[in-house]
Amino acid sequence: MGKVTTPDAIAASLSDGMVLGIGGWGSRRKPMELVRAVCRSPVRDLTVVSCGGPDVGMLCAHGKVRRVVAPFVTLDSIPLEPYFRAARESGAVALTEHDEGMFMFGLLAAAHRLPFLPTPAGLGSDVLRADPGLRTVRSPYPAEDGGGPLVAVPPLRLDAALVHVNRADARGNGQYLGPDPYLDELFAKAADRCYLSCERLVDSFTGPPQTLLVSRAVVAGVAETPGGALFTSCEPDYGRDEEAQRRYAASAADPALRAEFFGPGPESGRTEAA
Amino acid sequence: MAATRAEVCVVACAEAWRGDGEVLAAAMGTCSVLGARLARMTFEPDLLTTDGGALLTREALPLGRAAAPEETEGWLPFRDHLWLVLHGRRHVMMGASQLDRYGRSNISAIGPWERPDRQLLGVRGAPGNTRCGPTSYWIPRHSRRVFVPEVDMVSGVSAADAHGLRRVVTDLAVLDFGGPGRTARLVSVHPGTTVREVLDRTGFELAGAGGEVPVTREPTGEELRLLREVLDPGGLRDREVPG
Repeated sequence: MGKVTTPDAIAASLSDGMVLGIGGWGSRRKPMELVRAVCRSPVRDLTVVSCGGPDVGMLCAHGKVRRVVAPFVTLDSIPLEPYFRAARESGAVALTEHDEGMFMFGLLAAAHRLPFLPTPAGLGSDVLRADPGLRTVRSPYPAEDGGGPLVAVPPLRLDAALVHVNRADARGNGQYLGPDPYLDELFAKAADRCYLSCERLVDSFTGPPQTLLVSRAVVAGVAETPGGALFTSCEPDYGRDEEAQRRYAASAADPALRAEFFGPGPESGRTEAA
Repeated sequence: MAATRAEVCVVACAEAWRGDGEVLAAAMGTCSVLGARLARMTFEPDLLTTDGGALLTREALPLGRAAAPEETEGWLPFRDHLWLVLHGRRHVMMGASQLDRYGRSNISAIGPWERPDRQLLGVRGAPGNTRCGPTSYWIPRHSRRVFVPEVDMVSGVSAADAHGLRRVVTDLAVLDFGGPGRTARLVSVHPGTTVREVLDRTGFELAGAGGEVPVTREPTGEELRLLREVLDPGGLRDREVPG
């Protein structure tokens, strides 16, 4: 019944071309230790689905990403993610850019095994132009407003998802203790298999039951990674390491800083897919 | 003591929520956040405001202060912002990297979207916000780089496609989309600013600039006191809009 594993074993279980969901939000409670393990692994051509932060930037910088599916990519206290920016501006990665509400409905649809969910969000914007695969649908019911088109948001089905939580047990149950669950349990439910990292493995949980965010029923493996979200925040265990994030952002233009985040060597910090 | 430019901007932002009643005043940017909280503390007491994070607060909080448990009246994680977008009861004041005369905004990318010259934030919630609920904008630097004839990527939809674009507050002026065909219109210029300056720094024709243009109202003494002594004693507003 034990699902305890390591970041490198989780990364090794991924295969080329997978659709990989990553929990958290911007530079908040990102499974950075798992992301670093993916960066070290040989996997490539990933489609990364994320409310993007430095997870997306690091994977882009290591040439792991073919496509990003995201409503935004940001470091929060630093608005723009430098490595994602470089990857987009060099044409190294493709982008599917959906409105935040559309993005959540995509995960909801996948979690519920639905073919789509309707929403007005996206209508009139260039989201529909940028993703020519999107279709609209009309309600079969009479509507006071005449029943205009709605965007039929397709499911964001994930081959695997990576999520970081405050506490987890060896069976793969995950607990968050901060102020916001983000969309983490939706990532877990939308994925064929979800991997958790946690600040601490516990034998039993304390705190109210509504903090038990992720069920072992959808979790394939759990790794204990104290500080595993750094430099992103993982409240209440720790806030964002703003100084480390500043060095990370500056490293995009400073090769001397780059080794701290990307290791030594000529391959460090490359922004073009090989 | 006379109001600074930033203080005029905060009050102009606050005015965006006048008459909204019991809705979430969602705001991005210092003067915009201050405006939401100031509106709640003065003429729009039923507004809901946050601590800048996931908590709704019992009273409008000073800038940058997290809510203590006894100061909290509700929980609003990101997923509930997305729920509010479809449900209503929310008036958001967003930023924009580009804004055109039709009210279309861009926070996604500059240049061709397929391979941009400059990748920005991404569309975030702008498509849903603008389509589904009332939206205003706060632009701390009024310039031709922001006010362009046509945005490169439509993140926020046009006034014609939107649920309702209310107002655009900048460091120079207040605009709305009451011009011909729902195009941008000059509503007022801030004290010490000329219509000429606004036009020089706007990259498209602005309706309402021909005749007598009102001056944006000055903050009241009570508004200045609340801003300076309660909401923003550290003066972060002046860093966003220098005197």
